[in-house]
Amino acid sequence: MSQLFHEAIIISILASTLRIMTPLLFSSMGELVIQRSGIWNMGVEGTMLTGAFAAYLVATLSGSLWLAVIAAVLAGILMGAIIAFMTAVLRVDHFIAGLGLNLLAGGFTLYWFQSYIRGRAQPTFSGFEDVDIPLLSDIPFIGPILFSQRALTYLALLAVPAIWFLLYRSRHGLELRCLGENPKALDVKGLSVTARQFAAVTFGSAMTGLGGGFLMLGFSDRFLADFTAGRGWIVVVALIAGNWKPKGVFIAVAAFALLEALATHLQVLGAKVPHQLLLSLPYIASIGLLMGLRLRPGQPARLGVPYTRE
Amino acid sequence: MTTALRVEGLTKRFAGMIANDDVNFDLLPGEIHCLFGENGAGKSTLSSCIFGFYRPDRGQIFVSGEPVHVGSPIDAIRHGIGMVHQHFVLVPEFTVLENIIVGTQRSGIGLKAADARKKLSRICESYGIVVDLDAYVWQLPVGRQQWVEILKALYLDARILILDEPTAVLTPGESRILFNIIGEMCARGLSIILITHKLAEVMQSNRVTVLRKGRVVATLKTSETSPDELVRLMVGRDVSFSVAKPALAPGEEVLAVEGLTARGHWGETVLNNISFSVARHEILGIAGVAGNGQKELFEVLCGVRKPDAGAIRLRGEDVAGLTPRALMDRGVGHIPDDRFREGLVPEFSIAENLVLGWQRSPKYRTGLMMDRRAIADLARDMIAQYQIAARDETVAAGKLSGGNAQKVIIAREFLHASGLILANQPTRGLDVGVIEYVQRQLLKKRGEGFAIVLASEELSDLFSLADRIAVMFKGEIMGIVDPRTTTIAEVGVLMAGGREGGRS
Ligand SMILES: Nc1ncnc2c1ncn2[C@@H]1O[C@H](COP(=O)(O)OP(=O)(O)OP(=O)(O)O)[C@@H](O)[C@H]1O
Ligand SMILES: [Mg+2]
Repeated sequence: MSQLFHEAIIISILASTLRIMTPLLFSSMGELVIQRSGIWNMGVEGTMLTGAFAAYLVATLSGSLWLAVIAAVLAGILMGAIIAFMTAVLRVDHFIAGLGLNLLAGGFTLYWFQSYIRGRAQPTFSGFEDVDIPLLSDIPFIGPILFSQRALTYLALLAVPAIWFLLYRSRHGLELRCLGENPKALDVKGLSVTARQFAAVTFGSAMTGLGGGFLMLGFSDRFLADFTAGRGWIVVVALIAGNWKPKGVFIAVAAFALLEALATHLQVLGAKVPHQLLLSLPYIASIGLLMGLRLRPGQPARLGVPYTRE
Repeated sequence: MTTALRVEGLTKRFAGMIANDDVNFDLLPGEIHCLFGENGAGKSTLSSCIFGFYRPDRGQIFVSGEPVHVGSPIDAIRHGIGMVHQHFVLVPEFTVLENIIVGTQRSGIGLKAADARKKLSRICESYGIVVDLDAYVWQLPVGRQQWVEILKALYLDARILILDEPTAVLTPGESRILFNIIGEMCARGLSIILITHKLAEVMQSNRVTVLRKGRVVATLKTSETSPDELVRLMVGRDVSFSVAKPALAPGEEVLAVEGLTARGHWGETVLNNISFSVARHEILGIAGVAGNGQKELFEVLCGVRKPDAGAIRLRGEDVAGLTPRALMDRGVGHIPDDRFREGLVPEFSIAENLVLGWQRSPKYRTGLMMDRRAIADLARDMIAQYQIAARDETVAAGKLSGGNAQKVIIAREFLHASGLILANQPTRGLDVGVIEYVQRQLLKKRGEGFAIVLASEELSDLFSLADRIAVMFKGEIMGIVDPRTTTIAEVGVLMAGGREGGRS
């Protein structure tokens, strides 16, 4: 255990925390936009999975990682459009729409994957490299943690204040939050609830797809069945634990990533604590938090309630 | 003179029923035009059609004499039509300012809050409206929320303003202020469509249009009509405003409350040392401005809220802290003030709502299953007996108008209660015909030997129904008075927190 406190180990843990956070940050900020618009999207897992698969496909076919990123975003938009159509236009129950989409994404990616690799060795690609920011990355301790990361990690960190600004400082954000709290209040001002929810879901799903893409391009060199392994659900929990606020969600994601980084390092160091127990800590912590604090809950009042006029 | 707004041949159907039937209506510049009619007559539906919120099946709308197409609220707003809905359309989590400006900007990214603030303070100043733009709406009492709704419409430069029962949630004092503001608006050339069930308010308008079952019965100059005539037109029969209360000697005591104290969510005292008793053949009135503990008192009495101290004795048995079910088993009936949230399950049918809470009774089941036939028979009976306006017993309760929903609750509680009825604001938002009906039913139960606790904000109701009146202020009972020897003004003093002067 005491090896944990070596400087090199601490640096490694914190650096991997940031890396693990990156896909979760993209996806959770995207989902924050979606849920603030009143759509309780349960299709995060499927959207991330599809994004990851699209990234894999394009990365191995074209060899260009940036094209792969674009493919992940487009896959997210497509999935978002399907969810938005079902929830905002057809007003299907949000849970059913999301769960159905997850099943669809799981089966569809697996099917396409297997026909793609049939009769040959599975193609691989080499993912994103760290980008050392000149000078800054030479700062002791902080440099290797903060300034020697993948380019998309910097973007993910920027996404948090950007989404905060969108939600709380722009008129679009005000309208978006209004959708989640009381869509009728926007409807009586003559704005289309359906169109705005559609836009919010596709935008958010694009970010979710990007998160899935980074999971592929930043951590792996190949696709596997059930590649996302429940990360979409972690995003859903992070929103609740973060009380639907950008800063709270950021902290929840960071806590989860830190615990996961710790768990992996402890495993490598041969510690006796069960990996699964460590991984469940953020969930336990978030449930405890929700029960213990008497906060004014930040959950949008009309989250998951389809809106109709008559 | 050209009309500010004219509606020709407007018809609106909802699945299977007609809410507006060939309605013709016109509004002159600068006038207050009342829409008057029973619950479910179609007043709100007509307003929503004018505002473009509902799409009428037929009909044409003219603004300033020009035919216009109002397909969505955006068109209505563009033509200067504003609407304050019957049920608030506000975001509690937003500040007043955010509620007003959300959705009003068509370009740019920023909020332009400074410009909005300037425009709003100009509007507020000119009408003498006082609101804190930075307060959160959830912090505001309902009366203040009404100003926010009105500001929303004025901010969008409404020239025609539809107010759908704006005074239903206001205290008498707030209503007076509202009417001053409405008068000022008319003086500036705004035209007002006002919906209200209160005759005193109707009489302050210029003209009245009476609706019955979706049709216009008459449009009259207010100065040439009388409350009696209006009510006759509205319900198609005479309604007596003061129901006769036979003198009855109170029987043995049914409910006795002693030193009852309860705390709220944040530990504040909501009920403080409350004591009273009610006997058979007796109606105890609870007077007080809404929010002075009446709701909490009823919650404690029906078992939803746990008291912190004090005794509640029902026919001698201490029942403080018992569950609602245990109290129901002992014959306590409860008519809560929030019909659709606490009195009914809006998605359930009328039949299901009529047995709600008593579904375990052997009368309504065969073995483990519900006895659908028995429940449906009962529901048809009740619909006939209480004259509930609905296609049949399978209609969802949420689709009923306020008055008819209230009848379902009353039917259920009166059917199952034995001995004690707790009625909190049973006539709020109801038309005069239904109010008369509810009052008669309460007196009938009193005659049958029930003890009744009745809270109302309308003092005149309490004076005509109650045998004694307890006045609540800030969770305390300021005094219990005899309506025969007390004036409304004296009760008003107690309601404002004054102590009772010597009288018992
Ligand atoms: N969304 C809806 N779906 C189906 N029926 C409806 C709907 N809204 C109203 N109705 C029906 O249309 C009729 C007219 O309702 P409306 O709300 O216009 O009455 P109102 O005159 O405003 O009554 P109140 O005084 O109780 O507010 C009622 O019978 C009601 O049940
Ligand atoms: Mg109405």
